[in-house]
Amino acid sequence: MKVLENLLYNEEHEWIQLEGDVATFGITDYAQDMLGGIVYVELPEEEDEVEQGDSFITIESVKAATDVLSPVDGEIIAVNEALDDAPESLNDAPYEAWIVKIRVNDLSQLDNWMDKEAYEAFCAKEA
Amino acid sequence: MSSYDKLIFELSQPGRIGFTLADEEFSNVDYNQFFNEDELRTSELDFPEINETEVVRHYTALSNLNFGVDTGFYPLGSCTMKYNPKINEEIAGNPKFSHIHPEQPIEDVQGTLNLMYDCSEALAEITGMDAISLQPAAGSHGELTGLMIMKAYHLSRGDHHRVNIIVPDSAHGTNPASANMSGFNTVEIKSKANGAVDVEALKAAIDENFAGLMLTNPSTLGLFERNIEEITKIVHEAGGLLYYDGANMNAIMSQVRPGDMGFDIIHLNLHKTFSTPHGGGGPGAGPIGVKARLEKFLPFPVLEKQEEKFVLNYDRPDSIGKIKNYYGNIGIVTRAYTYILRMGRDGLKRASEVAVLNANYMQKRLKAHYHLPIDELCKHEFVLSGNFGLTHGINTIDIAKRLLDFGFHPPTIYFPLIIDQAMMVEPTETESLQSMDKFIDAMIKIRGEIDTDPDILHTAPNTTHISRIDEVEAARNPIIRYMKEEA
Amino acid sequence: MFPYIPVSKNDEKHMLDIIGVGNIDDLFVDIPENVRFRGELKLPLQKSEIEIRQIMNGYASKNISASDKLCFLGDGTYDSYIPSIVPYLTSRSEFSTAYTPYQPEISQGTLHGIFEFQSLVCNLTDMDASNASMYDGPTAAAEAALMAFDKSKGNTFAIASTVNQNTIDVITTYLKYRNHEVLIIDQKDLRADLEDFKAKASKDLVGVLVQSPNRYGYLEDVKGFVEIANENKAIGVMYADPSSLALLKTPGELGVDVVVGDMQQFGNAMNFGGPHIGFMAATAKLMRKLPGRIAGQAKDRRGNRAFVLTLQAREQHIRRDKAASNICSNQALNALSSTIYMSLLGKTGLKELAINNTSKAHYLHDVLIKTGSFEKVSNGNFYREFVLRSKVDVKTLNEHLNKNNILSLKVVGTDLVQFTVTENRTKSELDYLIQVVEGL
Repeated sequence: MKVLENLLYNEEHEWIQLEGDVATFGITDYAQDMLGGIVYVELPEEEDEVEQGDSFITIESVKAATDVLSPVDGEIIAVNEALDDAPESLNDAPYEAWIVKIRVNDLSQLDNWMDKEAYEAFCAKEA
Repeated sequence: MSSYDKLIFELSQPGRIGFTLADEEFSNVDYNQFFNEDELRTSELDFPEINETEVVRHYTALSNLNFGVDTGFYPLGSCTMKYNPKINEEIAGNPKFSHIHPEQPIEDVQGTLNLMYDCSEALAEITGMDAISLQPAAGSHGELTGLMIMKAYHLSRGDHHRVNIIVPDSAHGTNPASANMSGFNTVEIKSKANGAVDVEALKAAIDENFAGLMLTNPSTLGLFERNIEEITKIVHEAGGLLYYDGANMNAIMSQVRPGDMGFDIIHLNLHKTFSTPHGGGGPGAGPIGVKARLEKFLPFPVLEKQEEKFVLNYDRPDSIGKIKNYYGNIGIVTRAYTYILRMGRDGLKRASEVAVLNANYMQKRLKAHYHLPIDELCKHEFVLSGNFGLTHGINTIDIAKRLLDFGFHPPTIYFPLIIDQAMMVEPTETESLQSMDKFIDAMIKIRGEIDTDPDILHTAPNTTHISRIDEVEAARNPIIRYMKEEA
Repeated sequence: MFPYIPVSKNDEKHMLDIIGVGNIDDLFVDIPENVRFRGELKLPLQKSEIEIRQIMNGYASKNISASDKLCFLGDGTYDSYIPSIVPYLTSRSEFSTAYTPYQPEISQGTLHGIFEFQSLVCNLTDMDASNASMYDGPTAAAEAALMAFDKSKGNTFAIASTVNQNTIDVITTYLKYRNHEVLIIDQKDLRADLEDFKAKASKDLVGVLVQSPNRYGYLEDVKGFVEIANENKAIGVMYADPSSLALLKTPGELGVDVVVGDMQQFGNAMNFGGPHIGFMAATAKLMRKLPGRIAGQAKDRRGNRAFVLTLQAREQHIRRDKAASNICSNQALNALSSTIYMSLLGKTGLKELAINNTSKAHYLHDVLIKTGSFEKVSNGNFYREFVLRSKVDVKTLNEHLNKNNILSLKVVGTDLVQFTVTENRTKSELDYLIQVVEGL
C-alpha cells in the first residue's frame, strides 16, 4: 500500500494537499483498493459551497455507491473533470487523480488529520 | 448452449419487409397535407429491414440463450420462482379479457370487474386484510402506494412531524427506496445476528417522528419473526403503522395471516406467491391490502359492488390519488386468480407446507457441507455463507458460477447484506425431491472442488456459451445502444 | 395431490425423517399460537382445469370486448394489430419464465432483447439513452418528474392540461407526499397555451411535461415549451405517441431532455389497461439519473460480445434510500413484444403504419363532418385522434352506436366526442361507422 510523504490523511482514507487555504482532495491507495474497480465519480460543481459533513462526491463501483462527505466548510474551486472519462485513474494512481480543490474557510477543521507515519499506523490497525 | 450473438440490426438487408397493412391506398397518401413542414421528422428512422422468417429465427435463437423455470431448477431466494401454470396464460389470453379497452363503459366489462372483485376478496381472505387495491404494478410499486397511504393517514391526524420509517438492515433494497420516494426519511436499525428485529434497537429508534415500521415476515433470512406480537404492540403504542413486505408470503398461506399478526398495510407479489411468470423482469403485479381504518386512503377508482352491478368509484375525497394508468396489471391479476381457484384453500395451504418442507430438507442436507450462519428452523428459504476464509480464494460468486455448469440457476447471492457472502436458497413447493437432490449433489461436489480444484471454480462457468463478463469495463464506458458505425 | 406440487406422501415422510421432525406442523412451531391461523380459508377447494376453464369462461362471457364491437377509443391505449409472431415468440417459456437477468451467462436472451429495445427506442426518439422499460406511460412520466427534482433545486413541476388525465393524476400523487407543487398550464383550442406557461414559469420550476399529440390528438409546440423550461434551468419532458414518431419531429429534434410514453400499441394487448409498457429515454447528460434497469454491451473473459445489466449503482438494491427510484420489476416481457414488433415492421413498415393511421383518421374526420352530424372544434393538426362537436346528444349517439355494434366513444365535454383510428380499422369499418352515423 502506497502512502506519500507530503500529504495529510484522515480516518476515512482520504488525502489532502494544502497550499495556503486551498486543499486538493482525493482518496488513498487503501481506499481505492477497498472500493475495487471504480466506474464513475459524481462530482460537485465549481463554485458550490459545501459544509463539513455534506455528501458532495459519490464514487461508484459496480456493486456499490459510496458517498464522500466534505471534510471542511468551504467552496469548490476546481473539479477534476478528467475523471468523467477515466474514473479508473482513481484505482491506477490515487494520489495523482485528485477529485476536487476546496477553498477552506476554517483551517482548524484539518487539525486532526494525520501525517504519513500516523496514517500508516492507522491502516495497520484497520487491517 | 449454442452460441449466437447477432443483433437484429446486423441482420438488416435493404429492401426487406416483415409486415404489410390493409388498405394500401391509405399507406401511400401524401401526408404532407396533414402537417406543417416543421412538424415532420427529418432524421432517419434507422430500424432494421428484415423479413418475418428471420425475425422468428432471431428471437428463437435468443430464447435458446435463456434459462427459465421451465428449463430447470431456479432456487433464487426471495424471488419464489415456482412453476407458472400454462392454463393461466390461456385464460388471460382470451380476447374476452385481453382485448378490452380500459375506457369502455363499466356495462361492457362486468365480467372483468367481477373477476377483480372476487380476486380482491380472495386476497383479503388469504392475508387477513379488510380491503385490497389491485392498482400497483409490481411489489415495489405496492410499497410506494402503501407508504403513501401511511403518510396520508398521519397527515389526516395532523401528525405532520411523523416522517421516519424504520427499516431493518436485513430489508430488501426497495423498502428504503420506496420510503424515500414517498417523502419519508429512512431510519435503519441493526437486526439481531439471526436477522430478527432487535426489539431494543427498535425501541431506541422510535421517537416522536416515528411513522411506521416496514417488516418482511418471514424475514429475508427465511425465519419467522417470533416476537411479532411484541413488535406490533410497540409500533402501535408509539402511534406508528406496521407495513408488511409480502415477498415471502409463499411460506405462510393458511398458517398465519399478516392481518392477524397486526400488520396495517401489506403488498403482495402476484408474480411470486401467485405463480404468474416473471417474464425476464416483469410484468408483475403488486396489490396492496389495508385494515378498515385505512380503506378511505386507497387509490381511486375503488371497485365496489352495488347490488348485482360492479362499479368504479372515483368519488374518494381522502384517496391518495391515482398511482398507475387505469386499474392495475389486470392481465396478471387474471392469471393469479386462475391459480388461486385452481389451487383452492387446500392447495394454497399445501403449497406453503411443501415450500417450507422443501427448504428445511435442503437446509438440513446442505449444512453438513456449507456454513449455515443461522441454524434454526427455517420457513421457505435459508441462507448459506460462501465465506471459506481467504486461503481458498473462493467466494460466493465462484460457487454461483460453478452451479451454472451443472445446469442450475444459482441462489440469490450477496443478499441479505447482513450475512457475509450470502447464498439464499428458495426451492419453492414445485420442485421434486429428485430435483432438489440433484442440486444438493452438485453443491456437495462443488464443495469438494473448493479444496481439490479451486481453479475450476475461478474459471466457471465453462459450459455456458459465454463466460464471466467484465462488468467494470461495461460500467466505466457504458454502451447502452447499438450504433451503426460500430458494425 | 396437486398437479403443481410433486412431493408425494412418501417423499414427505423421507424428508421429515431427514429434517428430524415428526410432521409438517412441527415446521411451523415458530409461529406464536396467538397469531396462528387455525381455521380454513374461506375459499373453495381445488378444482380441475376442466372446471377452471368453465368458471373463467363464465367471467369472460359477461364482457363485451373490442372483438365484439368496433373500437374507436384511444387516449393512450390503442386497438392496434398484433402480428401473430409477437405473442408466439414472447410466449416461449425461456423468455416468459425467467427472472430478472442477474446471471448474464444464462440470461443473454433477455439481456440481448433489452439492449435491442433500448437501441430501437433511442433511434425512434433520437435520444441518447433509454432504460429497459417502466410500468406504463403515466408512471414513466411521474419518474421523469422525479428526475427533474433530482436535478434542480426548485419545487414546481409544470404539466400541460392537455396531457392525459391519468398521467396528470399519477404525477400529482407521486409529487404531493414529497411536498412538491404541480403547476397546470391552461389550454386554448384544445392545445396547451404557451403564453400561459410563459407567464407562470419561474425560477422555482424544475421541469415541464407536454404531450404531443395531446390527449385530444392535436400536435403541440413542444419546442416552445422546452425552450422556456430550459431558460429557467428546468428540463423539458415530452410524452410521445411512439408510432407518430415515424412521421413527426422527434423528441431529439425538438430539444427535449427526457421523453416518456407507452408502447402498448407496439405488440401488446389492451388488457383493460395493463400490463402495458412505459418507455423513457434521455439525453446523455441525464443518463445516470435514469430510473430502472439498463442493459449494456460488454465482453466476456474470452473476448466475446455479451450483454449485462449496467450502471447499477443508480438502483435500489445498491443505493437503497438514495436510489434514483424504487423500481425493481418492470415490464420486460412487454418490452420484448415491442422489440419484436418494431423489428418486424422495421424501417419502412413503421412509417407506412403511421401514414396509414393518420390518413385513415383524416379520411374519417372529413367524412364525419360532411355527414352534417359533427362540427370541427380545433384548428390544430392531428395525427390519428380528433375531437368533434356532436349535434346529436352524446348519450343518444353512443346508445345508437352500441346498438350497431360499435363501442361507445370517449366523451370529452358536454357535446364533444373523440374518435381514434388505428391501422386495425379497415376502410370498410370506417365506412360502416359513417353509415351508422348517417342513420341517426
